[in-house]
Amino acid sequence: MNRRTLYAIAAPMAALLLALVVTSIALLAGSHNPLVAFGKMLTYAGSKDSAVVIVNKSLPLFLSGLAVAIGFKMNLFNIGVEGQYRLAAILAAAAGAAVSLPAPLHIAFIMLIAMAVGAAWAAVAGILNVTRNVNIVISTIMLNGIVASLLGYLLKHVAHVKNQMRSTTELPKSAWFPDLLHIGKGTRLYGFVIIAAIVGVGFSVVMNRSRFGFDLRASGINPGAARASGVNPKTMVVRTMLISGALAGLIGMPILLSDSHKYTQDFPTLYGFSGIAVAIVGRYRAGGIALAAMLFAGIERASQILPQPPLRAPKEIGTIMQGTMMLSAVVAYEVVRRLGEAAAIREAAAKAGVVAA
Amino acid sequence: MNWFTNLPKTKRNVLIAVAAFVVLSIVRAISGENELTSHFTIAVTVTAALPIAMAGLGALMSERSGIVNIGVEGMMILGTWFAGLFGYHWGAWAGLLGGAVGGAIGGALHALATVTFGVDHTISGVALNTLAFGWSRFLSGAYFKGRGAGSETNSPGFNSGKTILIPGFGDKGALAALEKHHWPVVSDLAGVLRGLLGEWTFYRFVAFALVPIVGWVVFRTSFGLRMRSSGEKPSAADSLGVPVYRVRYIAVMLSGALAGIGGAILVLNNNGGYQEGQTANRGFLGIASVIFGNWRPGGVAAGALLFGFFDSLQLTAVGAVRALYLAGALGAFLGAYLAFRRKKSRSVGIWTALGVGLVLVFVSKFKLDEDIVKALPYMATLVVLTAFSRRLRPPAAAGMPWRKGQST
Repeated sequence: MNRRTLYAIAAPMAALLLALVVTSIALLAGSHNPLVAFGKMLTYAGSKDSAVVIVNKSLPLFLSGLAVAIGFKMNLFNIGVEGQYRLAAILAAAAGAAVSLPAPLHIAFIMLIAMAVGAAWAAVAGILNVTRNVNIVISTIMLNGIVASLLGYLLKHVAHVKNQMRSTTELPKSAWFPDLLHIGKGTRLYGFVIIAAIVGVGFSVVMNRSRFGFDLRASGINPGAARASGVNPKTMVVRTMLISGALAGLIGMPILLSDSHKYTQDFPTLYGFSGIAVAIVGRYRAGGIALAAMLFAGIERASQILPQPPLRAPKEIGTIMQGTMMLSAVVAYEVVRRLGEAAAIREAAAKAGVVAA
Repeated sequence: MNWFTNLPKTKRNVLIAVAAFVVLSIVRAISGENELTSHFTIAVTVTAALPIAMAGLGALMSERSGIVNIGVEGMMILGTWFAGLFGYHWGAWAGLLGGAVGGAIGGALHALATVTFGVDHTISGVALNTLAFGWSRFLSGAYFKGRGAGSETNSPGFNSGKTILIPGFGDKGALAALEKHHWPVVSDLAGVLRGLLGEWTFYRFVAFALVPIVGWVVFRTSFGLRMRSSGEKPSAADSLGVPVYRVRYIAVMLSGALAGIGGAILVLNNNGGYQEGQTANRGFLGIASVIFGNWRPGGVAAGALLFGFFDSLQLTAVGAVRALYLAGALGAFLGAYLAFRRKKSRSVGIWTALGVGLVLVFVSKFKLDEDIVKALPYMATLVVLTAFSRRLRPPAAAGMPWRKGQST
């Protein structure tokens, strides 16, 4: 194993280890035995049922991670993925219920609407940034706030009330995404896995094999050099925000098309923010993000066992595990990068016959 | 307009503020929406502005030292939690102190990641926000649950201290009588004075005092000079013997402490109780007020008041929002006039059309849905940043990774 792969594996392992240490301290403080807790979590998350649930739950996390990563890769911090996917989900749900189309077209139509809405909402921040120099982090946060109000408004005026729950009209069967597998009763693997895989491969190809991906990575590493080589930074910002928003639009789709079939007032939230953590831990690469999404979904699933007897530990342990991993991962990657840099300098110095200082 | 552009900057800003106030007062008189500048609206404005201002001062300290601090929201969250803890055990003053301690812990983490390990400032800040949310939820479940009225989402309450009423500013005082006449400018001034100075709590006093104190520290002390030089050109500061790392650590921890005090004020305003989600993006509004205020404490306070005003309208005077269409129309006509002077015919057209449109909306008595009104502080922030983000001078090295000994 060469040094590069070693470093690439060492950093996330160090982050995971630190997260385990911190969670152990939290568990010990609540007088729980961390080893017992982790053991229970592993057995619970390792079952066949859990595996399917984890894959299903990792889909929105994966898509969210991709949406975040494409921006972060060029230091464009789209914190608004949260608002983009929620707005996209409700409008796509309403539009999908309003039309009748044959099955594959219906699903494609809903997904297109969602991507268009997400892209448009993200573009607002991009355009304000390039024309008026408005900070992307702040504007996307504010746009998230506006979405929260808009959702309240839409649920009140567009959707209807049933069983004290506001929701859009249920989608017709032609818009239900077919399942891939059925295991036992009620446990099924979403067919959306295939879409996610296609999106992931597409992401990888665009990032690593296309002119756009090259320009994007160059803008992130050295904006000055990218500009000198003919990359227009403003166009890059708007384009990247559009793609990021379109990807964000897809986040709600596995839930909408395979599970809830309508937008309800308790439609899952916070995927946009977990996506940031997933993207960071996954190092902005499709494969890494997929692994990180599975890991986070796994932690989520495993922590469900915590409040039950005999453990009776708070299930928020999972949340702090994820949060700690995110911060320790960025630190670990930076440390590893510095180590690699220092090693490269030493090697070069050795080759040149100079004694490294 | 030459006389205006020739004025010193402070005088210009004061003039703009006075003009804005007069416009607001006229709009209030025309529309008859008297809540717009009533003492109640202004009092709520100040209450809403204080936490934003504290978060803003915090972000300012950090950014002046060269560390971009998106994590103020998270530091504020930690501040609310620790304020709940300290306040529950040792009373209101301890609550305020606890907020500062909690925020400073967050600041120390951010400094560790950005200064020592050179992590990207924005990423570290975003991570801290997530972390703070998760930790405060976990800690509440582990500690507050089962103590009095505490639960996973809130702390048991405590007494948040006395409110002192200033004589002459109450409902029967001379100012109240003046306010009731609804005369343009004069009654508005009475309302503003009553709202601003009528009622005092100890934490309002502390927050009011912190604005000039932070200004003094940043611009008049040797620490402030070192801090600013670390934020402008760390290599130069380093070559003159400024311990850049240490200065940044201190600045970011102070930044956290200020944000935490902002959080504590939220807790104290809530009759002494931590509640999950209490900060509601106010940390980010603080950062927006730093941008609005061009990295100066006075500007931060002004920005916080502006955002607090929209927050209070959203809470107390939804109807008065109508009057803002008129204010917006006047602003648009001013924009048209300025564009006309600069001979930009296309801009003149856009501004005039906007102004006419807003007047029509006002006349049509169109009422915004209350859910939409809730988004007012966020929309206002976007509009303000859109209008002001171009002519700014942020600290030159803010956000740049810097390591001791690097060449530039």
